[in-house]
Amino acid sequence: MKFTKLTALAVTTALVAPAAFAQEMTIVSWGGAYTKSQKNAYHDPYSEKTGVTIINDDSSAEAVAKLRAMNEAGNVTWDVVDVVAADAIRLCDEGLAMEIDPDTMLAPAPDGTSAADDFGDLLVSDCFIPQIVYSTTFGYRTDLVGDTAPTSVCAVFDTDAYPGKRSLEKRPINNMEWALICDGVAKDDVYDVLATPEGQDKALAKLDTIKDDVIWWSAGADTPQLLADGEVIMGSTYNGRLFSVIEEQKQPVAMLWDAQVFDLDGWIIPAGLSDERKKQALDYIFFATDTQRLADQAKWISYGPARASSAPLVGQHADLGIDMAPHMPTDPNNAQNTFLYNYEFWADYRDDIDAKFQAWLAK
Amino acid sequence: MTDNTSDGPMLAADGTPLKKSLARALRLQKMRALMLIAPLLLFVLFSFIIPIFSMLSRSVENSIVVETLPLTVTELQAWNADSGELPDEPVYAAFVADMVVAIDAKRHTRLGTRLNYEQTGMSSLFRKSGRKIKRMDPEADAPFKEKLIDVDKKWGDVETWRVIKTHSPTITNGYFLNAVDMRRTPEGAQSQPEDKQILVKLFGRTLIMSLIITGSCILLGYPVAWILANLPMRTANVLMILVLLPFWTSLLVRTSAWKVMLQQQGVINEVLVWLGMVADDSRLVMINNQTGTIIAMTHILLPFMILPMYSVMQTIQPTYLRAAKSMGATNWTAFWRVYFPLSIPGIGAGSILVFILAIGYYITPEIVGGTKGVFISNRIAYHISSSLNWGLAAALGTILLVVVLILYWAYDKIVGIDNVKLG
Repeated sequence: MKFTKLTALAVTTALVAPAAFAQEMTIVSWGGAYTKSQKNAYHDPYSEKTGVTIINDDSSAEAVAKLRAMNEAGNVTWDVVDVVAADAIRLCDEGLAMEIDPDTMLAPAPDGTSAADDFGDLLVSDCFIPQIVYSTTFGYRTDLVGDTAPTSVCAVFDTDAYPGKRSLEKRPINNMEWALICDGVAKDDVYDVLATPEGQDKALAKLDTIKDDVIWWSAGADTPQLLADGEVIMGSTYNGRLFSVIEEQKQPVAMLWDAQVFDLDGWIIPAGLSDERKKQALDYIFFATDTQRLADQAKWISYGPARASSAPLVGQHADLGIDMAPHMPTDPNNAQNTFLYNYEFWADYRDDIDAKFQAWLAK
Repeated sequence: MTDNTSDGPMLAADGTPLKKSLARALRLQKMRALMLIAPLLLFVLFSFIIPIFSMLSRSVENSIVVETLPLTVTELQAWNADSGELPDEPVYAAFVADMVVAIDAKRHTRLGTRLNYEQTGMSSLFRKSGRKIKRMDPEADAPFKEKLIDVDKKWGDVETWRVIKTHSPTITNGYFLNAVDMRRTPEGAQSQPEDKQILVKLFGRTLIMSLIITGSCILLGYPVAWILANLPMRTANVLMILVLLPFWTSLLVRTSAWKVMLQQQGVINEVLVWLGMVADDSRLVMINNQTGTIIAMTHILLPFMILPMYSVMQTIQPTYLRAAKSMGATNWTAFWRVYFPLSIPGIGAGSILVFILAIGYYITPEIVGGTKGVFISNRIAYHISSSLNWGLAAALGTILLVVVLILYWAYDKIVGIDNVKLG
């Protein structure tokens, strides 16, 4: 008898428990310093305001595959997911992310500008709410480059002037563009050239000239480690990682902003959430992507806010007390020669060029 | 004994034939045994076997084209892909009718992604055309041929329609062909252009490097296991902790530690330079290549080799060796003719474990493998998590599974699976 009562009690608790914890949401992001900056700028203020408990899940790197698996299993456990724009486009194409109407679902700027205008061209997909602008760019060891510090991205391909290893990402995106530019292709023609097999061969031939001097990375933390150990003389990575090497760890490393490639990172809401959870997710997004909140994030990490109206509000680093504006990839001094990741092009050519790139790597 | 029992079946006490009664008793016993293992059996079935087969079935499954464009696929059957001429108006009309439905359900971009694996540009073709076709009416706006070509000139390209037709069957060999560097075309299977061939090479590399890793695990593990088996129990147990220690450390930490050890500014190179054995400008390259992968994976998989060897060696009586020596064998002969053959089941078990773990390894080659030290599993991971080409990933996985089964079969034929012991 006692046993039955206990069982009944356990069953009731199990049934009641989810209702009691409805004020909980799972937000997926990249982990590390990035999640910390989001926690400080978005999660904590939001929890304080609404009483919702936020659970962090550091799964953004596998978000696309996991969302597809969850969707097929009919059990989506994530409420809001942080992904790069290219992944957001893929998720939107696959029907795994919800479409967003910026004007009704996102906060307007303080001066009344609509969200659609405030984000402008950065709304690259119907499902994507941009959060930050980051860039993939180069850092170099100031003590290893000799008297003339590199000023152009083509220094990467100049092993005579800058002997030593370089680190590049183990994928074609960005590397192919840099190779073509340094092979004399005009910036405006890069994607026209890269769309042709001859152009792809040209880019690979240029990369071939430094193939023996390259260490290929696949995790964002690789280049900072290689630079700090003096294993490479220069290397590409995300600008926020370099900021941390230079300003927080005080390593003899400097930024080479030339031909940096802008990319976007932001939120998507998974498709197939219940109405209640969808409402909750939209409420969070409305709060977390308003002008002030986006500007706040830059206090903890050196990525530029995606709203035009947030830029003037960027202040100082919360711990280091230095001005963050000059460390933003979007700062006019840093943004003299930039690329914007060509989402349309890479959505089409990624599979094809990646196969060629990997075959070239394995040669 | 009565006449009845001598020519009829033997009866049990309750009058039923003994055979039947025995079978019933046995069946009951079997059922009871089955009930006992049922939880595990069901668990394995639902969490392991069914998911594996559903994943592997993706390697041939291709219903997306027919489901998204049912009318178009029917119309395209009448069209000759080799004619070099564009399909006629009915195909275009059917396509618009299909697309209007698909756009409503947001399925057209998914099809674009699927076809983009076969033909570059399909992804944006479907996405962009979708926005414009959305506004068309399948009845009122006909004819569509000109209009679609206006929307995007690729609809006026025979190749686009050939791709759709080629990949319309619900069961396809396309993924398997892709997995062995070939592709499906209207003219049958053809090999990929040379600059895209990589997967067969990776399969070969995975097998060869896994064999090398297994070999180096045997070489390094055998003496360790021998020492452990021949030391007094107390000392052996302490040393055993050293063997097991790596098990309790995160795989990522161990792999990253090798990076610190092996890189050009790393511990080993620094020591060699300091000793003057290597010049400062010609430091050894031991990582981001095959050497790095072999060293790191040998270290990580070594316990899987030592443990089965150790447990087999423990059962070998030291008296056998003494007996051999007493009959005049040298140390070497005693070892090679007596001890070693007895220890082979341990080597066999360890080798199978290490080899099978090695060919599926992914994270270590990714971190320390550079370009020459990556495995086929790295491509599988790429297709699962980045390109979302799960069909190709499933085909690669199936091939890997079949290769392992063939090797297992070959092992059974050559060495004999009865010769494998875990203790």
